[in-house]
Amino acid sequence: MATPLIAVRDLTKIYPTARGEQVQALSRVNLDIRPGEFVSLVGPSGCGKTTVLRILAGLIRDYAGSVSLRGQAMRGPSKDVGVVFQDANLMPWRSAEANVMLPVEVLGLDRKAMRPRAKELLAMVGLEGFERKLPNELSGGMRQRVAIARALIHDPALLLMDEPFGALDAMTRDTMNVELGRIAARSNKTVFLITHSIAEAVFLSDRVLVMSSRPGRIVEDIRIELPRPRDLDIIASPIFSSTVVRIRRLLDGEDATALPSIAH
Amino acid sequence: MWREAAPPLIFVVLLLAAWEAGALWGGLDPLIMPAPSEIGEQLVLGFSSGVYPLHLGVTLAQSLAGFVIAVAMGVGIGALISISPLVERTLNPFLIAFEAMPKIALAPLVIVWFGYGMGSKIVLAAVIAFFPVLVSTILGLRACDPGRLDVMHALGASRGQVFRMVRLPGALPFIFSGVNVAVVFVLLGSIVGEFVGAKAGLGTLILYANENLETARTFSILAMLAALGLLLHFGVAALRQRLLFWAEPRRGTPGH
Ligand SMILES: Nc1ncnc2c1ncn2[C@@H]1O[C@H](COP(=O)(O)OP(=O)(O)O)[C@@H](O)[C@H]1O
Ligand SMILES: [Mg+2]
Repeated sequence: MATPLIAVRDLTKIYPTARGEQVQALSRVNLDIRPGEFVSLVGPSGCGKTTVLRILAGLIRDYAGSVSLRGQAMRGPSKDVGVVFQDANLMPWRSAEANVMLPVEVLGLDRKAMRPRAKELLAMVGLEGFERKLPNELSGGMRQRVAIARALIHDPALLLMDEPFGALDAMTRDTMNVELGRIAARSNKTVFLITHSIAEAVFLSDRVLVMSSRPGRIVEDIRIELPRPRDLDIIASPIFSSTVVRIRRLLDGEDATALPSIAH
Repeated sequence: MWREAAPPLIFVVLLLAAWEAGALWGGLDPLIMPAPSEIGEQLVLGFSSGVYPLHLGVTLAQSLAGFVIAVAMGVGIGALISISPLVERTLNPFLIAFEAMPKIALAPLVIVWFGYGMGSKIVLAAVIAFFPVLVSTILGLRACDPGRLDVMHALGASRGQVFRMVRLPGALPFIFSGVNVAVVFVLLGSIVGEFVGAKAGLGTLILYANENLETARTFSILAMLAALGLLLHFGVAALRQRLLFWAEPRRGTPGH
């Protein structure tokens, strides 16, 4: 078995709150992500999913347990990671293309050499011809696609995504899911996706990790045995629906609050 | 353009006509309310003799210099305060005390320190206009969107990069609200300084005309001051348009 790209061992995170209390967000989380894998994390709201992602992105540094990237203990953000947040978080004063170029500037890469790549990535996420538009001239779905292109520009091995399509309507979301599956396969990225949608997780992933309610633990690691490449027709297959139902039961057992339906 | 400009223009013309009629037939005292035609005459006289351009130039130059200093210092010190908690803690009490004080009261002292020339007016204009820029800069830099910071931090950006690429541009809409106030305050500082003691400038002209009971002349100078204020205002608006093109809401946003 190849060495995991990401290895998380006994990850525990406690947030101090303003009132001096403590919130335990994570309790002994263990997970491995192998190179080229597409892994999703599902769990009830507030169970600590974003916390896991922020730790993997190097944005949270005080935690217990260990996180390693390619066998090296993680120390802060890495150039080899691209992050797509829940909000697009574009710089409104930059054009779509200039937003995609932001990591190039921050990391001090060759701008001239990278500009064609920025254009290619925008075309890949279906935004050809929108290079010079400002974020406030784009729709929510378009902005999120710019954010995906931005996360890919410096060619990171690992792509972290935190409910990237949460704010989109169901139709756009379907399209984006198909596109994301294609992008991940084509660019051979390792992807860690947090999502509220069980269907989205099953559709895209090689494995789906199910998290318990707070303090979050991984309660199940489910391999998705659906053939690739996948298109939306796969949703009609018996394996798809039985897997969705299985994950749904697990989550219902974890949290009685209604989860969003499999609105696909 | 014409649609926007027409209503105020028509209003001004009507107002001037009524005013002129009042002076001609309504018995308005020319010492209190001289006719617009007389004021216009004073303007023509002042400009053709070269007196008005000279003093107008002095007041404009003082105001512009004060403005540039106020904006540079306001943004600079605001940035320092937002970057360094130590600087903030050190300066805060002084800034609060100083802000609460009516800065115009400093005018006589500033004249004593910097003399009757343009220097003292520039200082006074800058001191008065500095605070709105400082306060809006600090607010703007603090209001930074945490999501944008996450993007930068996830890339391992340096503090300098975060400031230059996110904090400062994001603070610009706030800074401009301070700059809009500053541009009014520099004119105020200039004129007050000239009232207290000066060799040249529109403020000195007003004092002089007033002492000689040349009310029409006073009005003509006030008209120039109003024009100057408008000019500065439009200058700032043009600058805002250039720098904040992205902050204006756009029409025709496409669907998904
Ligand atoms: N900065 C923070 N300070 C205090 N508590 C936090 C902070 N961030 C998250 N939490 C708490 O930690 C728990 C997990 O949060 P999060 O990781 O955002 O969950 P999820 O993404 O699964 O909805 C929640 O109860 C949340 O209120
Ligand atoms: Mg979350």
